[in-house]
Amino acid sequence: MSTEVKEAAAVAVKEPSEPLFSKKNKKLLTDPLNDSNPITVQVLGICSALAITVQVKQAVVMSLSVLAVMIGGNLIISLIRNIIPSRIRIIVQLVVVASLVILVDQVLKAYVYDVSKALSVFVGLIITNCIIMGRLEAFALANKPWPSILDAIGNAAGYAWILIAVAVVRELFGSGTLMGYKLIPDAAFEMGYMNNNMMILPPMALITVGIIIWIQRSKNTALIEEN
Amino acid sequence: MQFLRNIFDNLRPNFEEGGKFEKYYKGFEAMETFAFTPGHTSHKGAHIRDAIDLKRTMFLVVIAMVPALLFGMWNTGHQYYLSIGELTGLGEGLIDKLIFGAIRVLPIVVVSYAVGLGIEFAIAIKNNHSVNEGYLVSGMLIPLVLPSEIPLWMVAVATAFAVVIGKEVFGGTGMNILNPALTARAFLFFAYPTKMSGNAVWIPQESGMAGVDGYTGETLLSQAYNAPTGTEFGTLAYDAAGQQYGSLADTMWASFWGWIPGSIGETSVFAILLGAAILIFTGIGSWRIMLSFLVGGLTMSLIFNAWGANSFMSVHPLQQLMMGSFMFGMVFMATDPVSAAQTTMGKWIYGFLAGFLGIMIRVFNPAYPEGIMMAILFMNVMAPLIDHYVVEANINRRLKRAKVAA
Repeated sequence: MSTEVKEAAAVAVKEPSEPLFSKKNKKLLTDPLNDSNPITVQVLGICSALAITVQVKQAVVMSLSVLAVMIGGNLIISLIRNIIPSRIRIIVQLVVVASLVILVDQVLKAYVYDVSKALSVFVGLIITNCIIMGRLEAFALANKPWPSILDAIGNAAGYAWILIAVAVVRELFGSGTLMGYKLIPDAAFEMGYMNNNMMILPPMALITVGIIIWIQRSKNTALIEEN
Repeated sequence: MQFLRNIFDNLRPNFEEGGKFEKYYKGFEAMETFAFTPGHTSHKGAHIRDAIDLKRTMFLVVIAMVPALLFGMWNTGHQYYLSIGELTGLGEGLIDKLIFGAIRVLPIVVVSYAVGLGIEFAIAIKNNHSVNEGYLVSGMLIPLVLPSEIPLWMVAVATAFAVVIGKEVFGGTGMNILNPALTARAFLFFAYPTKMSGNAVWIPQESGMAGVDGYTGETLLSQAYNAPTGTEFGTLAYDAAGQQYGSLADTMWASFWGWIPGSIGETSVFAILLGAAILIFTGIGSWRIMLSFLVGGLTMSLIFNAWGANSFMSVHPLQQLMMGSFMFGMVFMATDPVSAAQTTMGKWIYGFLAGFLGIMIRVFNPAYPEGIMMAILFMNVMAPLIDHYVVEANINRRLKRAKVAA
């Protein structure tokens, strides 16, 4: 953290230091939840949102993994942003993200093996998650570590709530459970209720994301494009 | 008529500006124009004067479906009585069978219309636009493509899905990419496969009497798929009572008239052709699409005949076309003026490919016994592309002519 202190001191000469949770910093946290949500507004990371939202548990683990990788990646890139030659910055970002993903993968394998098995290739594919590369490129490369961390948390949270919302809908209607607990009583099944098989298929995830975007835009009219 | 007119005139002030139900004016307007020709006329732009408007058009299609619906009701009853071994003769118990079928089928129709129109009215009132007429047809098509044993709540869910996701999100009638009725069917097919396919769903069962020994409700399609290689399907096919038809001609006879297990309105080629005659005579359904669809299916069947790798491939082409929903899809689904191709040349291509792919999917992939549904939905998506290239080709052709002249 010494670099951060030094930098903060260096900047303090030019402008008055801002509080940890200034208005601007708070915006970094809250913006990605709604106005610039990575999934519903920027339409990034759709691939994983469709693939691993069959069960809430997988979605939660995936969200936490992305959160960890993003915080780590944003912090490291932000710390070394002044010594990365701009020509090879993508490679550097990739190396950082890939190392973090391998770390996360190992941790998942060690502690939640069954979920790790279910997520299969998608843990590795966090490397190619556009949200992470996008934030490194667009934010961490040009900002100080503390705002970068906030940005990472904000974007990961924005990613996570969509993922979990989709997973709740899909698991509830597709399997009748939430986090593995049976929610729809047996009596309903005896009366003729059936789980919706289509919820388990990826197309329904896309439609669910679409419906979330629909609801979001009807509430947040600033997002509607002039056309 | 004057009586109806009076009712509307009395109610009108309530719905007009300042009235008690001002918000619901669009709903009132829908009901009024449903009963009477609307009084307003276009004032600008080119327009065509005609006695027929969208509501009458849609209604004629519904009339064209009535033979299939009535036959479907009788057939539902007939299949039931066959399976329990009573009144097995075709002519026996006409009224019993009709009543039994009506009890099974009419609730599906009612649910489909109630849910679909309810959503249409709600959205129209909320967005303050006129109620779209398109659902008049979809609401009748949906019950006809379902098995009579489908639980009613599934019909409701599928209808809601088709109207909202299949139509309203695109902007309502006239803007939908996919045929709403097929969207509903596809939804049910993927969401609740055990209620939409297999052998147990086609024949009505008295509750508590399920599982009559030694009886099977296989459709001809699944029999054709399961027929061992080297045998001829036509002679092996059997009806709901397990009785073999005996010869290909007899199987084809039964398929033509439609006393076979299947979805409510899809079994009778005869009833569907009656509907086709109405559609073509009134100019509402495109005969080009129907004809090219037929030719497409026939071509694929003949190719499979020549290939003959299994007994499903060697099914007689005419028999192939009379099974499943080929005919129904051809007459009522593929000709949907919104989701089909618009250009004349486009219609030929669209119809041909839909029929061609339908038979191909049906024979190649036993997991999708109803290839026709998939094929039409797929071609719905492709229709704008086909139209685009037809228009482009037309422009190029005329450009070339212009250059030669110059």
